[in-house]
Amino acid sequence: MPRFVRYLAPLVAFLALAGLLYKGLSLDPRKVPSPLIDKPAPAFSLTRLKQPEATLGSTDLKGKVTLFNVWATWCVACRSEHPVLMQLAESGKVSIYGLNYKDNRADAKRWLLRYGDPYLANAFDGDGRVGIDWGVYGTPETFIVDQQGIIRHKHIGPLTQEAVRDEILPLIEKLEASSG
Amino acid sequence: MKFLRIVLVSLGLAWAGAGLAGMEEFDFTGTVDEDQFKELIAEIRCLVCQNQSLSDSDAELAHDLRQEVYDLMQQGQDNTQIIDFMVTRYGDFVLYSPPVKPSTYLLWYGPFVLLAIGILFLIKTVRQRSRQTEDGFSEQEQARLKAILGDEADGDNKA
Repeated sequence: MPRFVRYLAPLVAFLALAGLLYKGLSLDPRKVPSPLIDKPAPAFSLTRLKQPEATLGSTDLKGKVTLFNVWATWCVACRSEHPVLMQLAESGKVSIYGLNYKDNRADAKRWLLRYGDPYLANAFDGDGRVGIDWGVYGTPETFIVDQQGIIRHKHIGPLTQEAVRDEILPLIEKLEASSG
Repeated sequence: MKFLRIVLVSLGLAWAGAGLAGMEEFDFTGTVDEDQFKELIAEIRCLVCQNQSLSDSDAELAHDLRQEVYDLMQQGQDNTQIIDFMVTRYGDFVLYSPPVKPSTYLLWYGPFVLLAIGILFLIKTVRQRSRQTEDGFSEQEQARLKAILGDEADGDNKA
């Protein structure tokens, strides 16, 4: 038995290390877990992109499950996620609000005319202060906020069909079911 | 020679540029202490280019966060409050030295555990060696040796 252990121990140690490193290969260091998950959405109140006289704030995100998408016209990856958002909006499965982050009002409005507007409304965050409060560091970012205004999920990087099918929609269904 | 000169000058310029990030338009004549500011932005990681601190990075977000740190200092917030501000938004990962708490115990104490295991192993090996007799065989081995040699001696006698 001791001899058996003696030969096996290095093998076990090697396999453990190899397993750890293998796991590390599939982790993306750019995806930093948000400390905001399961916390109330940071309070804000900004002017709306299309109606500068009206405001959109964190209170508008309450009462229903919402998808809060941070985007900008200078963000290349936002362009690739746009059709996915359009499709999601057409499905009517969730209310989509946007945070137009460090952008130019005219450019943003033109972009929505050109590629379509999946948002119920956009908050215009010209100087990016609200973005900082939400811990935004790489657009596009997408948050799911529940009926109580608690952040339940953060997706960093462009939304894909797969992410919507496997993460976003199941979570939205779960959240909607839990409130009854 | 002309080529070499161009290369050297561009290298020099690149070097000079590298030192410039971080110190843009801030005014330190007021209440904000420049050394404290520099210390803070060197401790906070820029999440866009993760191997750079706020003071090294030229990313858009780093500009904004330097401004944020400056503004918070101007409002009279101390280092802990400002670090707290960053951590509640971006998580512990923004800090170059992560706090000691249950989820980081492995990170902080893991190396010492490994060191302890190594020392135990070393002590065990040294003890085992010292148990060996002068001719390089342990008592166990000597007994085995005797048995083998004894067998052979018997065999020889028979033949």
